[in-house]
Amino acid sequence: MALAVNDLKVWYRTRRGDVKALDGVTFEVADGEIMGIAGESGCGKTTLGKALIRLDTRMRHVGGTVVLDDDELPLADDNAMRRRRYREVSLIPQYAMSAMNPTRKIGRMIRDLLGSHNVRYSEVLPELERRLKLVGLEPDVLGRYPIELSGGMKQRVVLVLSTLLDPSLLIGDEVTSALDVSSQKAVARALVEFRDHGFVKSMIVITHDISVLFQVADTILVMYAGHLAEKAPARTIIDEPLHPYTKMLIGALPQVGDRYEEQRLEGIEGRPPSLLEPPAGCRFRDRCPLAHDRCAEAPPFREVAEGHHVACWAVS
Amino acid sequence: MLTLDHLDKVYRTGTFGGSELHAVRQVSLDVQRGEVVSLIGESGSGKSTIGKMVLHLLDSSGGTITFDGRDVTRLGFRARREYYRKVQGVFQDPFSSFNPIYKVDRTFETLRRSYFPRVSAASWREKLEDALAAVTLEPDDILGKFPHQLSGGQLQRLLIARALLLDIELLVADEIISMLDASTRIDVLNLLGELKGRGLGILFVTHDLSLGNYVSDRVVILYKGRIVERGVTSAVFGDPLHPYTRDLLASVPHLDRTWEEVEAEEAERTRRLAGRCLYHEAVAAQGRSLGEEADAPDGVPNGLGLVEYSPGHFVGCFRKAADEACPGSAGAAG
Repeated sequence: MALAVNDLKVWYRTRRGDVKALDGVTFEVADGEIMGIAGESGCGKTTLGKALIRLDTRMRHVGGTVVLDDDELPLADDNAMRRRRYREVSLIPQYAMSAMNPTRKIGRMIRDLLGSHNVRYSEVLPELERRLKLVGLEPDVLGRYPIELSGGMKQRVVLVLSTLLDPSLLIGDEVTSALDVSSQKAVARALVEFRDHGFVKSMIVITHDISVLFQVADTILVMYAGHLAEKAPARTIIDEPLHPYTKMLIGALPQVGDRYEEQRLEGIEGRPPSLLEPPAGCRFRDRCPLAHDRCAEAPPFREVAEGHHVACWAVS
Repeated sequence: MLTLDHLDKVYRTGTFGGSELHAVRQVSLDVQRGEVVSLIGESGSGKSTIGKMVLHLLDSSGGTITFDGRDVTRLGFRARREYYRKVQGVFQDPFSSFNPIYKVDRTFETLRRSYFPRVSAASWREKLEDALAAVTLEPDDILGKFPHQLSGGQLQRLLIARALLLDIELLVADEIISMLDASTRIDVLNLLGELKGRGLGILFVTHDLSLGNYVSDRVVILYKGRIVERGVTSAVFGDPLHPYTRDLLASVPHLDRTWEEVEAEEAERTRRLAGRCLYHEAVAAQGRSLGEEADAPDGVPNGLGLVEYSPGHFVGCFRKAADEACPGSAGAAG
């Protein structure tokens, strides 16, 4: 088991109280598994990704454990986490490609990054060039400035540099968003290839775009308002979802064949609850067509079929 | 209703405006009443530039824009005001379309001051409620709120309601749903479908093919400022001809097929069209050689024109960028 997250709670401190962005999530990611996390804005997917790397000053580790390769991650201890970041857990944050230093050439930037982790650039250079070729980039990109590269090229550079030390776990937050569809496809394929080559053992891919997850992920985890809704193999989530939220979410996605005149799709009425004082019980119940009295009690996230977990009372 | 004819846009770039960027090249298309036409292209294709030229937020560099038979390419301040009674736009980021320090009502008040100064408060309120009902919003949920208290989907529908207050005939919708969550996105799309049923013409600018396909009657595929293919939605999506359109469709992530499966399905079409150019084949069949193309009767130079492959389905020269060679040129010349 590469990663085991148990009842993890990470809240944000605000002046009006704690925002319970991640409120007790439990899941596992197997060796070699690419797990996708899907959900709408504010569901806690980015918080989950960040929590596994570094808690910023507003974030508070309220409870729960994270075990990576049989070794518990000291989430709340920033100094202890420092040694594990990049070597064991690596994160590609959202908008990473726009965060490159515009005054440094790509190669120089990678040299600085490696230096801060006490790794010599010259030692990894051959491997770096090999991996750049693998994602379709010539080694001369190292001598170029970020502005000289397209979005898709920058995103592939980011992927190569964040996995250079072969981390056990890579977390990619919206790595394929804001790219044109053809670059999106290239980056998404590079993710799978890096897993296949063993550059990273397991991966968590966070995106709001479920159709991209269907293309790259082995399993998909659906989150809603800080809770887990459903986790299952990618094809099962798309073809046979069980949680009412997943069903409605998949039903709201127009496919290339769907037409307004022939097949009218429907959105989901209402909005997710505020996470400042979230209601007890199932957080989807205000928008759920199947809601009944029992939903006032939070449903457990339990396994209903092999590898298929759902948090819903209506699913037997 | 709206007709663009050989529209061009050249941006001056560089420190002293010394270099030129040809953002839109010889674009001709039309939008009729009760029709959604999608402009689809990746970043840099010129799709937003076209939308902005239609809205007069940018001047065009050549060609004409005609609205209801009247040339509206160049409009003075007064004429532009009248034009905006009929043509309005809604843009990508709803949060930046509102001033965050004022309540959303102010957007409507500004509109009232400029366009309906003599309408009484009571009948204005009635008009406003009608417009909000048309976009399925409850006035009580919306009015008196600040932008941050509303969701992106609500704000976007509010902006459409604002446009509807003017009895518009054409709506330019520029990426209006790309910032919205999946669960609310479809509501805005359905709203566009409904407005179309009421006779509104909609120019829908998007980079997302599945969204473009869902509501539009016709699609226009743009690449680097040039129309490479256009036609009835089902024809273009069902039988994509231009190499760029085929690439684009093969890159879209589907929910029912993997990329590998799509590529396998498309292998036959790819083989059949490899090394060919339907545009130049059609031009040659009409008895004109490639060299004469510059004097083509449609007056479009340098292979920027389109030929009608099947009724209502047009395709341009199969090269991608303007400086590339046509893939069919070897065969066609011989």
